Amino acid sequence: MEFLRPATWREALAVKAAHPEAVPLAGGTDLMVEINFDRRRPERLLDLSRLTELRDWHRESDTVRIGAGVPFHTVIDRLAAELPALAMAARTVGSPQIRNRATLAGNLGTASPAGDAHPALLVAGADVEVASARGTRTVPVEEFFLGPKRNALAPDELIRSVAVRTATGPQQFAKVGTRNAMVIAVCAVALALHPDTRTVRAAIGSAAPTPLRAREAEKFLNGVLAEGDHWATGRPPPPAAATRFAALVAAACAPVDDVRGSADYRRHAVRVLARRTLDRAWRARTSTEGAPA
Amino acid sequence: MGVVPPPAGLTQRGDTAPDASGGIGESPHRPDGVLKVTGDFAYASDLWHEDMLWGHTLRSPHAHAEIRSVDTAEALALPGVHAVLTHADLPAATHYGLEFTDQPVLAGDRVRYQGEPVALVAADHPETARRAAARVRVEYAPLPVVHDEATATAPDAPVLHPDRDDHHAAHVPHPNVVHRQPVLAGDPTHAVADVVVRGDYTVGMQDQAFLGPESGLAVPAEDGGVDLHVATQWLHVDQRQLAPVLGLEPERVRLTLGGVGGAFGAREDLSMQAHACLLALRTGRPVKMVYNRHESFFGHVHRHPATLSYEHGATLDGRLVYVKGRIVLDGGAYASSSPAVVGNAASLGVGPYRVPHVAMEALALYTNNPPCGAMRGFGAVQACFAYEAQMDRLAVALNMDPVELRRRNALTQGDTMPTGQPVDAPAPVAELLRLVRDRPLPPPRPWEVDGGVDPRALPGGLARSSLGEGIVRGVGYGVGIKNVGFSEGFDDYSTARVRLAVVGGEPSATVHTAMAEVGQGGITVHAQIARTELGVSRVGILPADTSVGSAGSTSASRQTYMTGGAVRHACLAVRAEVLRLARDRLRRGERVDWRGDEAAWNDPGLRLVGGEVVTPRGEVLAALADVLGDEAIERELEFRHRPTRPFDRATGQGPGHVQYSFCAHRAVVDVDVELGLVRVVELAAAQDVGRALNPRAVRGQIHGGSAQGLGLAVLEEVLVGPDGTVRNPSFTDYLIPTILDTPPMPVDILELADEHAPYGLRGVGEAPTLSATPAIVAAIRQATRLPLTRVPVRPEHLTGT
Repeated sequence: MEFLRPATWREALAVKAAHPEAVPLAGGTDLMVEINFDRRRPERLLDLSRLTELRDWHRESDTVRIGAGVPFHTVIDRLAAELPALAMAARTVGSPQIRNRATLAGNLGTASPAGDAHPALLVAGADVEVASARGTRTVPVEEFFLGPKRNALAPDELIRSVAVRTATGPQQFAKVGTRNAMVIAVCAVALALHPDTRTVRAAIGSAAPTPLRAREAEKFLNGVLAEGDHWATGRPPPPAAATRFAALVAAACAPVDDVRGSADYRRHAVRVLARRTLDRAWRARTSTEGAPA
Repeated sequence: MGVVPPPAGLTQRGDTAPDASGGIGESPHRPDGVLKVTGDFAYASDLWHEDMLWGHTLRSPHAHAEIRSVDTAEALALPGVHAVLTHADLPAATHYGLEFTDQPVLAGDRVRYQGEPVALVAADHPETARRAAARVRVEYAPLPVVHDEATATAPDAPVLHPDRDDHHAAHVPHPNVVHRQPVLAGDPTHAVADVVVRGDYTVGMQDQAFLGPESGLAVPAEDGGVDLHVATQWLHVDQRQLAPVLGLEPERVRLTLGGVGGAFGAREDLSMQAHACLLALRTGRPVKMVYNRHESFFGHVHRHPATLSYEHGATLDGRLVYVKGRIVLDGGAYASSSPAVVGNAASLGVGPYRVPHVAMEALALYTNNPPCGAMRGFGAVQACFAYEAQMDRLAVALNMDPVELRRRNALTQGDTMPTGQPVDAPAPVAELLRLVRDRPLPPPRPWEVDGGVDPRALPGGLARSSLGEGIVRGVGYGVGIKNVGFSEGFDDYSTARVRLAVVGGEPSATVHTAMAEVGQGGITVHAQIARTELGVSRVGILPADTSVGSAGSTSASRQTYMTGGAVRHACLAVRAEVLRLARDRLRRGERVDWRGDEAAWNDPGLRLVGGEVVTPRGEVLAALADVLGDEAIERELEFRHRPTRPFDRATGQGPGHVQYSFCAHRAVVDVDVELGLVRVVELAAAQDVGRALNPRAVRGQIHGGSAQGLGLAVLEEVLVGPDGTVRNPSFTDYLIPTILDTPPMPVDILELADEHAPYGLRGVGEAPTLSATPAIVAAIRQATRLPLTRVPVRPEHLTGT
């Protein structure tokens, strides 16, 4: 196994162009498990951990740009106000030691259907900045996940950063695992209210081949909220509508039966979480903005 | 050159407090504690020899298959490979086993479980060994898989061990039954009850989940023998099984204990021991083997999964009339300790209750599932889950408080077990239940703090699945009975060598045993015993090895009783010799400065305290260092508990057990009833320990056992498919409790002496593992109103999905 350690981002891109099969290594919390358990033996590892420029994050006008080397603990410590759903999701990743090393970009690179960050990115709105020696392009996070552990990166591309839209309203993330900590998601739901556009976004994780937005449910709820003038009045959506919304989120699932949970349970739990996250988010909106008359 | 060993010769002082002696009844610090917390403790996986090779095991991917051919040529051709061994290369005995000699060292013409060792490689790098193993070509022809009672005992079932010659072979109902034990008492056929409840229960396969995987280092010796440094539970039973396999006299198979990272039963069978020794003897080089977590799941036995059917009959005022039960344990591909597990399940199957009429039956199957054997609780855990569920069911049928029902039927000293064995030591079952019931309940809604929500106090924790939504509280109780020590006529003994001499002007004791310190704190207790009996402060503990007699297994809650008893026994012999020496010197007129006349020196109540010879009235006669002078006094003695006898094959009658241990639990749970997630809020325990030699260690055992019971209740299961393959061999998917799953565990300790045991003590380690599980499940039942007949309880069971 060849261990490649580029000193600069430009060099990293050149190495990746020359060796498209080289597997990028940042925190190593996914990759090293695969290697240690002999499930994967890449011929070349491309170590990005020396590239300090990847560890930066900064606020832009309406987004936060997170470098590919930023670990989850930074998201939790520094970005919880701007990116609440992502910070909540980050808090459920592994153990403190894992969160110190594991990166947001690594989560995207692995593209597991159970990746904790993904539903949060989907509801917040995010663009993945990917680069190669050929140039740089931006992939909306909705288009990034192609299948279980498959993403939109070309063989010579690396993730440079993720630009996540700053929250304009309450966001929620909730996940089900069969243990009370350090557990891979059986399923997860993220939900964001966007008062600026008067829309709601909902996304599911670990309940379909890829993380995905529950667009039918969003459309239904957006219609209900518009029709009932809920954005202006602040009144919560009617319980029957919230129930219907939760059922539509569950209907977006295409889960599997596996050792972590049955498909039926995943559908059921996504429905419960969808209802809970909607209620929580709407309650938070009411309490932060005061109860309109 | 030489082995870099784990820390040896741990010298301990009684250093907890200025006025403490560090003797029994105190809680001196364990000498390995700080090392383990700081990461400095050397585990067997840290063993190193400068010219060592690395061993690797090739394992079967099939649960049941014929081996048509094995071709090692390609593996041997790989540079760096020193040896590849298959069944055909075995030099002597080809099989081993704890009770039956039925397990192949390497599979011959047939594999019987997924992960069965087929070939071994020694190479100069672990990666090379792994690659070489992948180049061994094995041609398998899959066979039909036997995976439960129906498939194992069907008329056309494949017989897994067609040539059985073990001592149970002649009287089992089917060759795929390892052992069957009935227990009959009273007249169960004609017993009539006012109220009858029936239930069928299932217990999943639990893993011991020790944190330090199987590991050891075998070093070939100049005399043609081998020195094996290994993490094990019982050095001498390893030696007994290894010698015939290696074709060596036992004296030339020398074992030394490596640093052990937990055991819980999983190290009672051989894992890599024979393999590393065979490779070392073949190559003439030291060979190290270390399993990773994945391999570890295939490298040791698990707890027997079980199906249990019970019928309980009682009077209207809640007195048990009869219990009928049938317990089917899945022993997997090889016998391991299944026969003894069957004996426990059958003889302890009605629980700590007085039952006039009993018809119990327990049996273990041979299947193509992973082999099952010893795990903390050993057959009593499975039964306890079922009989305690039955007691709750009976309480509902009688409209009676579940604790009151248990107390009305609680076993007590003077009662008789269904085996006919009298309970001749304290059995405070009712009192233990009272203690846990009378504790104040933890406050409701613990997640509400300062007007906000702390998700860590909720089911799901920081995953925020609930912020208070859907939570229902439940409370449940459980109590259990576990035997202590090896039962059914086994010649169970332990050996200790104790030496007393003056070192640097101070009398010092050295204790040498072969007891496997697996984390239970035995070496701390040995030093405490030596301090108490010999009145010294400084005690050295020599590394455990086979140069001293067997200590028996670190299992069955037996080591403080047995090796603690042996240390005490040897100390008393040393003390007697010290006093004889003193009297000799007095008689010869050597020490006229000593106090006391001949009568005082002949007082049988003389003790050694604080480095002095002291009379029963506390007068100091002489300094121990003066009495010893240049002499070193050493005694090696064996200690036995009172004998037991096998259970009658047809009736289960007989004094089969040494001692019983009792623990009761009250569990308080918060259940998210919509998502089926559970948080155990509090798990209170009460246990009679006879005498707490080290109260802190006793509490640690109760906490640890309770946590393991919690794991079985809501988390831990090795999932095996109908094809016999394991679906979750990793700590990613085999979930053990984290600190956020482990609640406060208040403990009440009773100390009612058992006059038959050293210091009146009672084995502690297993009883808390039994009752924690049923107490938690009872609490979940109360919260959800669901019958819940299976552990672990999964979210699917609570949500009907």
